[in-house]
Amino acid sequence: MGLEEALPSGVLLTTVEKFAGYARKGSLWPATFGLACCAIEMMAAGGPRFDIARYGMEVFRASPRQADLMIVAGRVSQKMAPVLRQIYDQMPNPKWVIAMGVCASSGGMFNNYAIVQGVDHVVPVDIYLPGCPPRPEMLFDAILKLHDKIQDTKLGANRRAEIVELEQVALTAPTTLEMKGLMR
Amino acid sequence: MPELPQAVRGFGVTFLTMFKKVVTEQYPEQKVPPKPRFHGRHQLNRWADGLEKCVGCELCAWACPADAIFVEGADNSDQERFSPGERYGRVYQINYLRCIFCGLCIEACPTRALTMTNEYELADDSRAKLIYEKKDLLAPLLPGMVAPPHEMVPGTTERDYYANTVKGASPEQVTTSPAEAEEVAS
Repeated sequence: MGLEEALPSGVLLTTVEKFAGYARKGSLWPATFGLACCAIEMMAAGGPRFDIARYGMEVFRASPRQADLMIVAGRVSQKMAPVLRQIYDQMPNPKWVIAMGVCASSGGMFNNYAIVQGVDHVVPVDIYLPGCPPRPEMLFDAILKLHDKIQDTKLGANRRAEIVELEQVALTAPTTLEMKGLMR
Repeated sequence: MPELPQAVRGFGVTFLTMFKKVVTEQYPEQKVPPKPRFHGRHQLNRWADGLEKCVGCELCAWACPADAIFVEGADNSDQERFSPGERYGRVYQINYLRCIFCGLCIEACPTRALTMTNEYELADDSRAKLIYEKKDLLAPLLPGMVAPPHEMVPGTTERDYYANTVKGASPEQVTTSPAEAEEVAS
């Protein structure tokens, strides 16, 4: 039925949304944001043994204007937080953030006044990656999960409606302080 | 014999590299397993008959340098027994966004209830999903194990469990377990 049957074999049809998702996930360019020991593992991921180039991500861009993925690798101090936010703001849309390691995700073992308790206080985080530091395979696992997320991203009016809907959900969600019961 | 220019000799190194073995790990397709003692996700172990090893002593939570573990113990009763002995861990949560996989909790555990697996694919997209509850951490039931709550093997005390003389579930336990009884009834 429809166009699919009229086409010769070997021709694939897709939606613009899916194609855009495929193109976006196939060439994520990360901004270098190594802050601590996790950065060593991030660099190892770029080396020959793990080879991040297999996902089309080997260009770690020093300029945020050329990057669309920020891998926050390491603990973010209070002094670094505004810098991090500025780099995020300078990145062009669409952009994603991976909080790599426990320190970037929640403060980790540094539960003190010097460290931001989770980089999601400063920028919206798409994937949280535990580990101290996570091995390169764990980073790849997070990247692949992010790829799935990017593949399903909507476009245009659908995306704008999705943003409004997600914001409503986020506004009505109970804060962590209000969560009672077993969840702590 | 005249020496080759340095620039050309450099290309020789590049050329020879083509015949070297490729070291790249093809991660999602071929997963190279980590070393056996790799510190991965935790696991709450069971005795041979399916009762939990955790006694709810909270020593792991005390040992944790990142305060990632939350344990709440409760008393076993004759109707509901989850572990041999007096107490069991009613609530067991590990926050993987705090856990630094140091293994101090494993060293602290007096019954070897808590060990670490080699599983490392933990990334997720929200903080709440990365707080692992007891049901996420408990070891799977192996053949011969019965899901708690159920009685200890008849004629044994918790000391027999700790001495590792209990080697599997007895027929009485299979019939007293509520989960099994439901299966038989349905």
